[in-house]
Amino acid sequence: MTRKDPSGGLIISPIKNGTVIDHITAGEALNVLRILGITGSTHECLSVATNVRSKRMRKKDIVKIENRELRTEEVDRIALLAPHAKINIIRDYQVAEKKGVETPRVLKGVVRCPNPGCITNTNEPVESTFEVLPKGLHCLYCDWLIKKKDIPNHII
Amino acid sequence: MSFATAMARLGGDSISVDSVEASSIVKGETLADTIRVVSGYADAIVLRHPKEGAARLASEFATVPVINAGDGAGQHPSQTLLDLYTIRQSMPIDGIHVGLLGDLRYGRTAHSLALALSLYGVTLHTIAPRGLEMPESITLELRERGMEVIEHTDVEEVIRDLDVLYVTRIQRERFPDSASYYDVASSYRITPDLFTGVRDHLMILHPLPRAGEIDPAVDRTPYARYFEQAKNGVPVRMALLHEVMK
Repeated sequence: MTRKDPSGGLIISPIKNGTVIDHITAGEALNVLRILGITGSTHECLSVATNVRSKRMRKKDIVKIENRELRTEEVDRIALLAPHAKINIIRDYQVAEKKGVETPRVLKGVVRCPNPGCITNTNEPVESTFEVLPKGLHCLYCDWLIKKKDIPNHII
Repeated sequence: MSFATAMARLGGDSISVDSVEASSIVKGETLADTIRVVSGYADAIVLRHPKEGAARLASEFATVPVINAGDGAGQHPSQTLLDLYTIRQSMPIDGIHVGLLGDLRYGRTAHSLALALSLYGVTLHTIAPRGLEMPESITLELRERGMEVIEHTDVEEVIRDLDVLYVTRIQRERFPDSASYYDVASSYRITPDLFTGVRDHLMILHPLPRAGEIDPAVDRTPYARYFEQAKNGVPVRMALLHEVMK
């Protein structure tokens, strides 16, 4: 990070190649990273800004991931937590692609079913599978409903 | 047992795996593999399994039809078909008042029946001990489907308004000790003295086996219909097996 203008606060430096996720719902940046499978032990070079002032959203989070272009299915997972997020694919400091996120109809292998009796929490060769509903996630195996606010607690 | 009887009456045979010890599951085989193997032996698979969602998983690996005969605390759809059939023999289902009493949290028969009744404009009265109420996800879905769901804690306050009282077993293992189980179980016991002022056509149903929820003296009243209901399990399951294998 660099401090270009002390009166303007901290600004995250541009990245040469990678992905910038902008307009993340304030406070959800770390959950967005979790849903992308990016943890402290992975190798990506990351910049995370939370509660940044935003004209449109008042406050927002921003994540920059260097040298990794997110795939469409990864991008759509983000919609669960940050439906207004904007994805910018950066190549040689330029925005090569810009896209919104689209809520997937079915979510596989991203969230663990909280029901201990669910068959997906056994050694069976299946992934957790949820139907994405406005009220939350509905397990297609055991019918358990994860309310929207509880989704981050169950990300695998 | 009723599925095996149904298959025999249809003129077919059934291979029964009644215990884990008698199967390769004890050697660590997954359900997915068991289902793949059994698919090669049979024309249909009837699965009862302790895990919720087991039948759905089985249907993904089977090459023959799979019937869910109960998956953990999830669903028991074939029981629901015979429950509906039993009610339908006595009255039209549309618009009736049905009480569900007992362990509605873990009782799979109650879950499946409630969801099916939501298709008929039924008013549902749930009567459950604290902690064993219907899962919120199910009551939410029932209400989203437009069903009126009224929660009660005492069967006496509602029994005179009911056309059907569906009683389910309260399982001892859901309680920390025997004393608290007996406390709850005794307060949810159906006895003949509850029937003062009830509707003439009231039906008492139970998926059986019962464990003290219904006093045997109730068996001699005209309201007791649970043995007739159990008997209906055979023709309904015959129809079901025929439908999936025809």
